[in-house]
Amino acid sequence: MAKMQNKSKTSDISLIDPMLVQAYTIQRVVRETFDTFSLELEPQSGGGEFKFAPGQFNMLYVYGVGEVPISISGDPSKEKPLIHTTRAVGTVTKAMKNLKVGDTIGIRGPYGSSWPVKEAEGYDVVIVAGGIGLAPLRPVIYYLLQHRNKYGRIVLLYGTRTPEDMLYRKQLEKWRSRFDLETYLTVDRATGSWRGNVGVVTTLIGRAPFDPLHSVAVVCGPEIMMRYTVLELLKRGVDEEKTYISMERNMKCGIGLCGHCQLGSSFVCKDGPVYRYDNIKHAFTMWEM
Amino acid sequence: MNNESKSVIERKDFQALFDALSAEGYKISGPTVRDNAVIYDEIGSAEELPIGWTDHQEGGSYRLTKSKKKTLFGFILGPYTWKKLLYPPEKKIWEAQKSDRSFEIVEAESKPIKQAFVGVRPCELKAIGIQDKILRDGQHSDPEYGALRRNLFIVAVNCTNPGNNCFCVSMNSGPGVSDGFDLALTEMFNGKDHYFVIEAGSRAGKKILEKIPHRPAKPEELEQAEKAVERAASKMGRSLDMKGLKEILHNNFDSHYWGEIAKRCLTCGNCTMVCPTCFCCNIEDTTNLGGDRAERRRYWDTCYSVDFSYIHGGSIRSTDYSRYRQWLMHKIAYWQDQFGTPGCVGCGRCITWCPVGIDITEEAGAIREKA
Ligand SMILES: Cc1cc2nc3c(=O)[nH]c(=O)nc-3n(C[C@H](O)[C@H](O)[C@H](O)COP(=O)(O)OP(=O)(O)OC[C@H]3O[C@@H](n4cnc5c(N)ncnc54)[C@H](O)[C@@H]3O)c2cc1C
Ligand code: SF4
Ligand code: SF4
Ligand code: FES
Repeated sequence: MAKMQNKSKTSDISLIDPMLVQAYTIQRVVRETFDTFSLELEPQSGGGEFKFAPGQFNMLYVYGVGEVPISISGDPSKEKPLIHTTRAVGTVTKAMKNLKVGDTIGIRGPYGSSWPVKEAEGYDVVIVAGGIGLAPLRPVIYYLLQHRNKYGRIVLLYGTRTPEDMLYRKQLEKWRSRFDLETYLTVDRATGSWRGNVGVVTTLIGRAPFDPLHSVAVVCGPEIMMRYTVLELLKRGVDEEKTYISMERNMKCGIGLCGHCQLGSSFVCKDGPVYRYDNIKHAFTMWEM
Repeated sequence: MNNESKSVIERKDFQALFDALSAEGYKISGPTVRDNAVIYDEIGSAEELPIGWTDHQEGGSYRLTKSKKKTLFGFILGPYTWKKLLYPPEKKIWEAQKSDRSFEIVEAESKPIKQAFVGVRPCELKAIGIQDKILRDGQHSDPEYGALRRNLFIVAVNCTNPGNNCFCVSMNSGPGVSDGFDLALTEMFNGKDHYFVIEAGSRAGKKILEKIPHRPAKPEELEQAEKAVERAASKMGRSLDMKGLKEILHNNFDSHYWGEIAKRCLTCGNCTMVCPTCFCCNIEDTTNLGGDRAERRRYWDTCYSVDFSYIHGGSIRSTDYSRYRQWLMHKIAYWQDQFGTPGCVGCGRCITWCPVGIDITEEAGAIREKA
């Protein structure tokens, strides 16, 4: 039985209100780091196909607390479960962190633009992630590995503040042992038994094995990290038109109606969050736009 | 416009318009005087219109006065806009009932009422068309807005007496209407004769017109009405040179002049509340004290608040000048990129209702000059 029913009493309103949420049950909670967790979700109404493109996001509603945009971080070829990786930073995300297996979360989506997996066919792909920025990029990695022969070299460059902040650690180990994916990790500050690279993620770009003239780059992380990363990529010769970033703005609706996410002439919720760099560079480099 | 299709209603028969609309089941809203201002509210008869009132507007000032002319539409515009009745300032979107470890959504009941707006100015008609593009015609839409729009009957009124803050000619939105209405009126008053030249713009409009006593318009009546609107076009209180303005603004995002304007701007957001095209809203989720009932509400919001652009770590637009800039850039430049039309129709409300009288035409003009 579907728990969620649309009890609309209106006759004239033929369109379903896009602000309605669907109830999903938390099947599993994975603690990724001390403040970041992944939720595996299944719809209470059965069915359960959730189709999305890598890079898209959902609006996640915590009962009575609020709703926030969170990228989808699972495997796009699997219709279940729906996976979100969230860092607890404020009111809604902290309340979300307290939810347990069996609890309910409200979902609307998927919304927004996606990473250029089709456009990248035939090219080397450079994936640059900073901190929580790996979450929106994980669906790309799944996709590329599933369609491995369509791409040239695939390079993952991932940086976090400390080794403890790395997401998906087991998976990173597996990826590192693959021959068809070059994974380079770095931390700002080494702790514990870390023997790897120390330094910001941009320092990896200069020596990573890809052909800059024949590469597509996808970048996600804090805005400042994306700025420097793009500069490095361009310096190495990657084309602006082959460089993609994902933007974050305040979002109240996710569907182009509330105005909050505006970035110059674009709405990050519908024109983004993923942008081709040359299309957004004007706004990206303007302070307080 | 086809002159043959134009008729005349005498002032004494004007009530028949209200009667005909009521008989068709429309809830009628129109201008009426309250608390020293003309506002839009439900009205039952022509007698509730602001008969004999005119308004005087300047930067930061609005004054109503009685005139000897007993005109029905002798005022210009008040602080209210029709968006209040199509996209209310506050609305419950849904409620949720908690059940065990889940919850069930109960959509807020919204009856798509049949409304008639009497007295829609040409610039306001244009503004409704602009909001249609945003709230109704995009990939996602607001279902209630769409339903209210489908059931809306518009009686537009051409302007013959523009105010000091009007610049619809610059924005190509007035002082006369060309389409998008059900009925359009031009009020004519010369001390002796008082009549309305009326034109139907839709089938629903024709149907209502048939129920009102009217006669074919005489050629001289038509000519006078047309002249009156033409004269209005030459009497605009302000103007805004739109030629190349979008590009000029884009190129001057960095101008230090924004900081000059911000010295006066109180970032109160009045200009966004009175603007007929501003659509930004906030969504709030709450629960009752017991926690078994939650609801989602929508409120009008303004880009002048610091919270508007807040993301973890701080607000994107934390300085006053960046928020004034967002507003003006959005109205004149971004809006054209987003929706193919400026977000300003030249109604002048933001000038009138700005507590310090900041004038969009002056400021945009200054950016052009400094460029
Ligand atoms: C397209 C998109 C994808 C995102 N994907 C992820 C993800 O996969 N994982 C993840 O951990 N975070 C993600 N974020 C950021 C996440 O939305 C914010 O961390 C979250 O909104 C913070 O809400 P809060 O109530 O916990 O924080 P508070 O600081 O209490 O925030 C109050 C309100 O401000 C707004 N807000 C605050 N921070 C942000 C922010 N960074 N971005 C947008 N709005 C914000 C929200 O409206 C929020 O309700 C994404 C943001 C966007 C725009
Ligand atoms: S961003 Fe500001 S100017 Fe633009 S519609 Fe929203 S409130 Fe109005
Ligand atoms: S910006 Fe000002 S003049 Fe233009 S439509 Fe809005 S309120 Fe009227
Ligand atoms: S989030 Fe509401 S318009 Fe983009």
